[in-house]
Amino acid sequence: MSARALVTGLGIVAPTGLGIEDYWSATLAGRSAIGRVTHFDPTPYPSRLAGQVSGFDAAEHLPSRLLPQTDRMTRLALVGADWAFEDAGVVPADLPTYDIGVITASHSGGFEFGQNELRALWSKGGQYVSAYQSFAWFYAVNSGQISIRSGLRGPSSVVVSDQAGGLDAVAQARRQIRKGTSMVISGAVDASICPWGWVAQMAGGRLSTSDDPERAYLPFDDRAAGHVPGEGGALLVVEDAGHAKRRAAPRVYGEIAGHASTVDPRPGSDRAPTLQNAIQLALADADMVADDIGVVFADAAGLPDLDRAEAEAITKVFGPRGVPVTAPKTTTGRLYSGAAPLDLAAAFLSMRDQVVPPTAASTPARSYEIDLVTGAPRPAELRSALVLARGHGGFNSAMVVRGADHAALRPVGKDIP
Amino acid sequence: MTTSEFTLQALRTTLLEGAGTDENVDLNGDIADTTFEDLGYESLAMLETVGRIEREYGIDLDEEEVALANTPRALIRLVNDRLSAAQSA
Repeated sequence: MSARALVTGLGIVAPTGLGIEDYWSATLAGRSAIGRVTHFDPTPYPSRLAGQVSGFDAAEHLPSRLLPQTDRMTRLALVGADWAFEDAGVVPADLPTYDIGVITASHSGGFEFGQNELRALWSKGGQYVSAYQSFAWFYAVNSGQISIRSGLRGPSSVVVSDQAGGLDAVAQARRQIRKGTSMVISGAVDASICPWGWVAQMAGGRLSTSDDPERAYLPFDDRAAGHVPGEGGALLVVEDAGHAKRRAAPRVYGEIAGHASTVDPRPGSDRAPTLQNAIQLALADADMVADDIGVVFADAAGLPDLDRAEAEAITKVFGPRGVPVTAPKTTTGRLYSGAAPLDLAAAFLSMRDQVVPPTAASTPARSYEIDLVTGAPRPAELRSALVLARGHGGFNSAMVVRGADHAALRPVGKDIP
Repeated sequence: MTTSEFTLQALRTTLLEGAGTDENVDLNGDIADTTFEDLGYESLAMLETVGRIEREYGIDLDEEEVALANTPRALIRLVNDRLSAAQSA
């Protein structure tokens, strides 16, 4: 079976914009949403900046039946999924229920919901803990709630590999398309900007402690000193090419052309890190070479060691300054599982508009031999893009996507290894 | 706390607070004999609702009896029976 997996719908819930065009215009303008945390008082904490989604009133979009049982990340994910289907011109209820699956990634689950219930437990007693705590915090809850809301009974799951999971979930969606499922809604939304989520993220030791939104998250910059967390992400309608053609899908953003994931050697090992392998394996999976790639969306950890490892992996595959590299996530903060699906959306929009969005704020360090796009969007001829994502604990993931025109030109039925 | 009577209006409030309401259900309508299932409340919503009633009225309801009380009228009767038993005890 060699069905091709196209992306035919996007649902974006990002700190920089709700919906495709709001997000994309902010991204091209390099407009940042990073600011002081307002979801709670961050004064006592060493890190106080975040990329928050503002102007999102869940009650405007979702029935009240869903509100007592959902964490913020789930509300954002449900709305993102609705928008993705709408963008794809799909009414899920009109399709056979077993033909559509839902495969999301999750970094931490519903932390704010869990925090509120723990507070109820310790301050008032067990009787006051919501019955919905049984699932509302859980990693798989976004997949489950999207499945219930839209009546999707196709292959469904959740992938947990920190930030890399955002790509790994979409890769899993492609596997299910190849096995014969018509459509999978895939991607991720994380949102854990609450005290409990905050201290959990602080424990990772990678958060910036700057109070200056312009200088807090500077990947590939000599001043890099950690990242700013954000919330949000994107859902993508991944669809079998034949199915998209038969239903005359209103738009095709492109194709999920290749993917690979690797795990780094244990800390202290003398073996090399494996991001480069992931890139090369993803290119091979897409049956492409480095020269085919028009732009790389970097993981952009914002810490010197991790930035160096990523810059070196890119340079080894593409040569010094061999390909434009960008990290629009500098305007949103790192969204954990939500980051890579949002980067995939940005990659498709880059190919649609033939332009590379800038990396906000960073001034590229001379020591990294990468062509980092900064300052302004850069017009470019883009037929395919590479998106990278890394997770805490050594997860690396690389995904190659092809733009719509090029995807259409590729012969259908090519054997897939 | 002991309150003399559990009413349909009190149940409506508890359902709304604990579990919300479906888009196509009018909770203010004549719902006394509509099953909770038809009102869009699954077992977890009922667990949450019954938990709220128990802590608000200071009573314990029998799980099996609750499971059989599948309409607002039946649940209200069960709660009121328990309340008067508690008051006369």
